[in-house]
Amino acid sequence: MEMTNPGERGIVTPAVDEEIKNAVGDASSLVPASAMRKRAPGLPELSQAQVLRHYLRLSQMTLGMELDIDLGVGTCTMKYSPKVNERLVAGMADVHPLQDEETMQGLLEIVYKFGHVFLREISGMDAFSFQPPGGSAAVYNNAVIMRKYHEVNGELEQRNEIITTIFSHPCDAACPATAGFNLVTIYPDPETGLPDTEALKAAVSERTAGMFITNPEDTGIFNPEIDEWTKMVHEVGGLCSYDQANANAIMGVTRAREAGFDMCFFNLHKTFSSPHGSSGPGCGGVGVVEELEEFLPVPVVVHRDGKYHLDYDRPNSIGRVRDFMGNVQVVLRSYAWCMAMGARGLREAAEVSMINNQYLEKKLLEVRGVTKPYSTEGRIDQIRWSLEKMKEETGVGVGDLNRRVIDYGVQSFFTSHHPWIVPEPFTPEPCETYSKADIDYWVSVVQRVSDEAYSDPELVRSAPHNAAIHKIRSTPFDDPDRWAMTWRAYLKKRGKI
Amino acid sequence: MKKSKVHPYIPNSVPEVKEEMLREVGARDAEELYSRMIPERLLMKRPMDLPEPLLSELDLRRHVEGILEGDWDCSEYLSFLGGGCWNHYVPEVCDVIASRSEFLTAYAGGVYSDLGRFQAIYEFQSLIGELVDMDVSCIPTYDWGAAAGNAVRMASRVTGRKEILVPKTISPARLSIISNFCDSVHKPDSINVKTVDYDRETGALDIGDLEGKISESTAGVYFENPTYLGVIEPQCAEITSIAHEHGAFAVAGVDPISLGVLSPPGEYGADICCGEAQPLGIHMLAGGGSCGFLASKDEERLVGEYPARMLSITDTEVEGEYGFGQAKYERTSYIARESAKDWVGTTTGLWAIVSAVYMSLMGPQGMRELGEGILQRSHYAARLLEEVEGVSVPFRGFFKEFPVNFDATGKKVSEINRLLLDKKIFGGTDVSGEFPELGQSGLYCVTERHTKSDLDRLVEALREVL
Repeated sequence: MEMTNPGERGIVTPAVDEEIKNAVGDASSLVPASAMRKRAPGLPELSQAQVLRHYLRLSQMTLGMELDIDLGVGTCTMKYSPKVNERLVAGMADVHPLQDEETMQGLLEIVYKFGHVFLREISGMDAFSFQPPGGSAAVYNNAVIMRKYHEVNGELEQRNEIITTIFSHPCDAACPATAGFNLVTIYPDPETGLPDTEALKAAVSERTAGMFITNPEDTGIFNPEIDEWTKMVHEVGGLCSYDQANANAIMGVTRAREAGFDMCFFNLHKTFSSPHGSSGPGCGGVGVVEELEEFLPVPVVVHRDGKYHLDYDRPNSIGRVRDFMGNVQVVLRSYAWCMAMGARGLREAAEVSMINNQYLEKKLLEVRGVTKPYSTEGRIDQIRWSLEKMKEETGVGVGDLNRRVIDYGVQSFFTSHHPWIVPEPFTPEPCETYSKADIDYWVSVVQRVSDEAYSDPELVRSAPHNAAIHKIRSTPFDDPDRWAMTWRAYLKKRGKI
Repeated sequence: MKKSKVHPYIPNSVPEVKEEMLREVGARDAEELYSRMIPERLLMKRPMDLPEPLLSELDLRRHVEGILEGDWDCSEYLSFLGGGCWNHYVPEVCDVIASRSEFLTAYAGGVYSDLGRFQAIYEFQSLIGELVDMDVSCIPTYDWGAAAGNAVRMASRVTGRKEILVPKTISPARLSIISNFCDSVHKPDSINVKTVDYDRETGALDIGDLEGKISESTAGVYFENPTYLGVIEPQCAEITSIAHEHGAFAVAGVDPISLGVLSPPGEYGADICCGEAQPLGIHMLAGGGSCGFLASKDEERLVGEYPARMLSITDTEVEGEYGFGQAKYERTSYIARESAKDWVGTTTGLWAIVSAVYMSLMGPQGMRELGEGILQRSHYAARLLEEVEGVSVPFRGFFKEFPVNFDATGKKVSEINRLLLDKKIFGGTDVSGEFPELGQSGLYCVTERHTKSDLDRLVEALREVL
């Protein structure tokens, strides 16, 4: 916005036909004076090349996923998004969601088959919705379904508690809470890291509406008693919703159905390869058992009489959680990805992701200052590591490491959601996209920074040294006098920041 | 398995590499490792039953394009569909930036590695701020409905009140999204959503009904400009004053493409504003282009209630450099879990960047000219339509959408739209079920994409089918 040069413009809008102008007159005559804008918006005035250059430069100041080895962002499955799928999506750019069904039978077929062919087999669930436009949105959707289910059964007043675990994603707590449920959070056994079955026994009651849970958890630990957990919840009349945002290393290995879940969801922008898009648009593809199908948001894509339809006539539906059908382009990419993989390819992706994690584990355990919390050996897709030892011994913590790896061309990694149960946490997830050489390079960076921490800790603490900007000096982010969420606010407060 | 085991998306599917890695970790095969971690009873014992893979990229394209071959879209049909997703022109530069792999594939990188992403999204916040004339905005949410749901919950939390007023002309889909946000397990905790009627002559909010319904229990008055039915709300300042007189927030829902010509929420004093950014350079994508935005006054009590992440600008160790960070991050569910202000997640980051590009290209002059041109085209279309026997346009003061009534033709909208379809025209969305009081009406949308000959073609087609 500092670049503005009054008078320049980036694009010319289509001229209005003279006959139209003559017929209706000036636009100002068509709007009451009180409804007209008084001051022009302070948008920049720039020529097209200048706008393009600016945003190209900003893209170049973004490492993203494809330019580097982005295996550090655990729980997010930073896998390769095949380029051919972008071409397929470009073909649906001009589809309006309210077009007659007849004109989008192909698109509806893809949405239907992605659910009823692929996700049905991968999850064991019976019916699907792709309306939730993200993972948290899917958890929220499932919380609203749970609310509706108990309401229809006349038990909502009684059943107001949702159980989750602290190593499930924060949205598994926040979304049910937004829907009005009280939360009961179960902590793991501090020694083994295993979800605490005794704590669940104590938590379930006639107040239990259901459970929202991740498995494997953020620690990579798979709850071996997960079917017992769902059974316990069912025994008191609750429902079980499986957070499979990241199911990458268990596709074709173990399913929601056999673990006893009533609902699940998959982040199609994680496990199913749709690009993360600088944080969306994504899709939380929801699967439910037959008993819950009636509660799915409308419209539901159904196949009847040889045609695909958008079914709105569902009296017990929760209604909408997102306008239209959701992010259909994400479903299209996921369908194409699954078609490219097949059963064997999907299983291979899962196995290689899991093996990559075992390999990364072996290598990271050799790095000084890095420890693997909890005694449970086996970790499926990722591990929540700790730099506590390094912090104690050198003063270099995970925040410093996270800035320093960037100097070596590696994307910053995911630490942990809050609260930090594991001190100085970091959570890499080496999914199937990354080669052995990629993993070796990534570990070599961590190894190098560890060496630096033990020899020249200030070098790490003062990082980054090779990034687009230097270390941020002030943090006005909680101060109303200094925060500035827009440039215009910044201009007003400049000098205070 | 006849096909090669090496998959182009999986480098370590090369058998020798996989074996070497398995040797390193002391296992014979993947099954052995899985069986150490997952109980036998939960392991899938059979291969998945799925279609044979299309390993060649060419085969995959043929397959998917073959399925989509029979579909039609708004580049092939003349479309008058709107209703929350609109057929505006997308400048090429928007597509170039949207397809930049850095933006397309970025996710959770930090400010030092993904500075450009932070700045581009900060620019989105800033440009939305300019357009709506407000000082605070945030990372966008999913769609207008989600933004409105967030906004009314913010109003409820700040005021401690449990009622919001919404216009009866609201999109039923949007109302359903808001209602899901407002309902609660305990009915007394629910936010009561009440509708305010509209003036049947003008389509604008019925101020008398608003005054009758607003009370000291009202947390916020949510109103739209233009409304779902397309009408420019001429009483925004009055609605805002009435809300304020009762200690309630004025929450405006706007179509940003109108704001080059229409008064922005900041001008009439609204406290919170929300809307849909899809018109700002984002393709329709069968509804996948939705992108809800939120903005507000720069008040601590409001900022503290935003569910979404919001970026603030700051400085670095080097004079003149800008950095970015999350403002009041502790309020989000990433930190506070069930104690958070609602919830947050992956939303529509890419669309924030694309719409920032769009607003930068358009500038104030482009936004004004575009809005003026849309007004002229839509009013011209309405006049032409009214010349068709049996067709009427009930409301006068609209922006780009307006209901077209067909009662006097004796035909149903669904029937008319089916006949138009044969002429490769998507008629306006049938709203006769949603708004029975409007009779057999279709909600028609006219944008800058429509030429005079397009509008003439519609009218000619209607004359033939009616």
